[in-house]
Amino acid sequence: MKRQMIAQRKEYGHALVDLGKRREDVVVLDADLSGSTRTADFAKVFPDRFFDCGIAEQNMIGTAAGLASCGKTVFASSFAVFATGRCLDQIRQSVAYPRLNVKIVATHAGISVGPDGASHQTMEDIAIMRTMPNMTVIVPADAPETYKAIMAIADFDGPCYVRMGRSDVPVVTDEGSRFEIGKIQTIKDGADVTLIGVGQMLAACIEASEMLAQDGVSARVLDLSTIKPLDEAMLIKAAKETGAMVVAEEHNRLSGAGSAVATFLADKVSVPVHIVGMDDVFGESGESDELMIKYGLTPENIVESAKEAIRRRKA
Amino acid sequence: MLTSFDEETIRMLESKANLLRRHVINMTFEAGSGHPGGSLSSADIITALFFKIMRHDPKNEKWPERDRFVLSKGHCAPVYYAALAESGYFPTEELHTLRKMSCRLQGHPCKTKTPGVEMSTGSLGQGLSISNGIALAGRMDKHSYHVYCLCGDGELQEGQVWEAAMFAAHYKLDNLTCIVDRNGLQIDGATEKVMALEPLADKWRAFGWNVMEINGNDIHQVLDALERAKAHKGRPTVIIAKTTKGKGVSFMENNVSFHGKSPTKEEHEKALRELEGAV
Repeated sequence: MKRQMIAQRKEYGHALVDLGKRREDVVVLDADLSGSTRTADFAKVFPDRFFDCGIAEQNMIGTAAGLASCGKTVFASSFAVFATGRCLDQIRQSVAYPRLNVKIVATHAGISVGPDGASHQTMEDIAIMRTMPNMTVIVPADAPETYKAIMAIADFDGPCYVRMGRSDVPVVTDEGSRFEIGKIQTIKDGADVTLIGVGQMLAACIEASEMLAQDGVSARVLDLSTIKPLDEAMLIKAAKETGAMVVAEEHNRLSGAGSAVATFLADKVSVPVHIVGMDDVFGESGESDELMIKYGLTPENIVESAKEAIRRRKA
Repeated sequence: MLTSFDEETIRMLESKANLLRRHVINMTFEAGSGHPGGSLSSADIITALFFKIMRHDPKNEKWPERDRFVLSKGHCAPVYYAALAESGYFPTEELHTLRKMSCRLQGHPCKTKTPGVEMSTGSLGQGLSISNGIALAGRMDKHSYHVYCLCGDGELQEGQVWEAAMFAAHYKLDNLTCIVDRNGLQIDGATEKVMALEPLADKWRAFGWNVMEINGNDIHQVLDALERAKAHKGRPTVIIAKTTKGKGVSFMENNVSFHGKSPTKEEHEKALRELEGAV
């Protein structure tokens, strides 16, 4: 089946404009990347509520905190590598600790950034952001889910991090489905193994489940759009019912969503948890699809991990 | 020519600053840790703000029109807490709980725990950015409040401060005043030896700010500068307030070891005697 391909940041831009129309308290900041992050869409319609901070992410985060302390709902955007690592201390001290209503929405995450190379391919941002108290971490799977996630975090009072990539990604979620922070969506039911997709790797999980079906393996597919807080009940249920878990993410496999899921399940359910992610290495320049293959982020890698997890469960 | 304030007001504020200094000595002694040096150097600035210049109401803490104070040099929490308590945000008895388990008075200011604290600070270099955001919000919402940000001088070595300085000038935030407590000392020694800041006024001017230089331990000069800063339109103002670290306690003055060290029992008694004698 040929799926529609849309960049998530496009829907971020749309969501901001819609929010701006509905809510006077929404203010948007960017650090000289508004054309790429699509906050420029908002800036065009609401120039009085958009502030370009220039190439100065640390000040952007502090300014966002100050605005939020006065009751504004603030969206601050840049590329994921700069929006997290570059201003980590500002996020920790000025946003997370005082629990201010700042939404850090980052684009161009992951290796699928492509030709820009390792300097711009952050594979650590989920790890960085999920370690901080008070921080909610969301990785929408596709463009429609991005729109819904942005609407949901605007209604939520507290710091949030939303991660998305640069490239067009397949639409896999149902237009009519409801997005709720902290809730897993079941994309497909199955009994033999659970495939948990994060971001655009959800599409790869769906494809993997179709390949597994041909081998007679029934795979459950879950959309883990909120990395923090985890949907604990759904994870326990899936672990108990299928007995084998695979988490697929475009992130360093030591520290991302897979790591969060494995740590959570470790003292709850005895179940193999395999992580399909990037090894602990930096990326390189290349086209997005070439890099995904080279670094093991394909449906084939998920199938292999699923079979291994099932073998280990039986052993 | 200084803006005129009557002698009685000046005397009242001087005695208030002395009271805050005594609180600082007691608080850091009882806590057994903390930062007396910078608290003492900035006591006159804080006094002028909390007891004369700023419009604020401890009984209506979230009053939207209140002037805002951000303590960017968060380690000077003792003098900040003393000013908040003496203003009526919480009982002065609570000052004894500084840095103790389960207290509201954390080692560095915490917005979610302490009444009157506008923003959590402690990691240096962040307060001016936060003040930018508060000033912007005030302008967007057409509030008349003014934002005061107190920075340490050593703190200006943080790059973020200059990002923030650029931003405030670019967006013409004239409802923002930054006060630099220029006591000339940081933990490792004199600022000019550790990482030179001079020519400091020129740096701020080059960044597009209205610059004033005063004696920050002279209440009258502090009041005058704060009034003129508020009246200045079109640009943010920085007041470079030359102060003496440890001001008011002879053996702490210009003594870098009291940046982050609490007084011993003997030092505590001697400091109190000196301060009480000065009233």
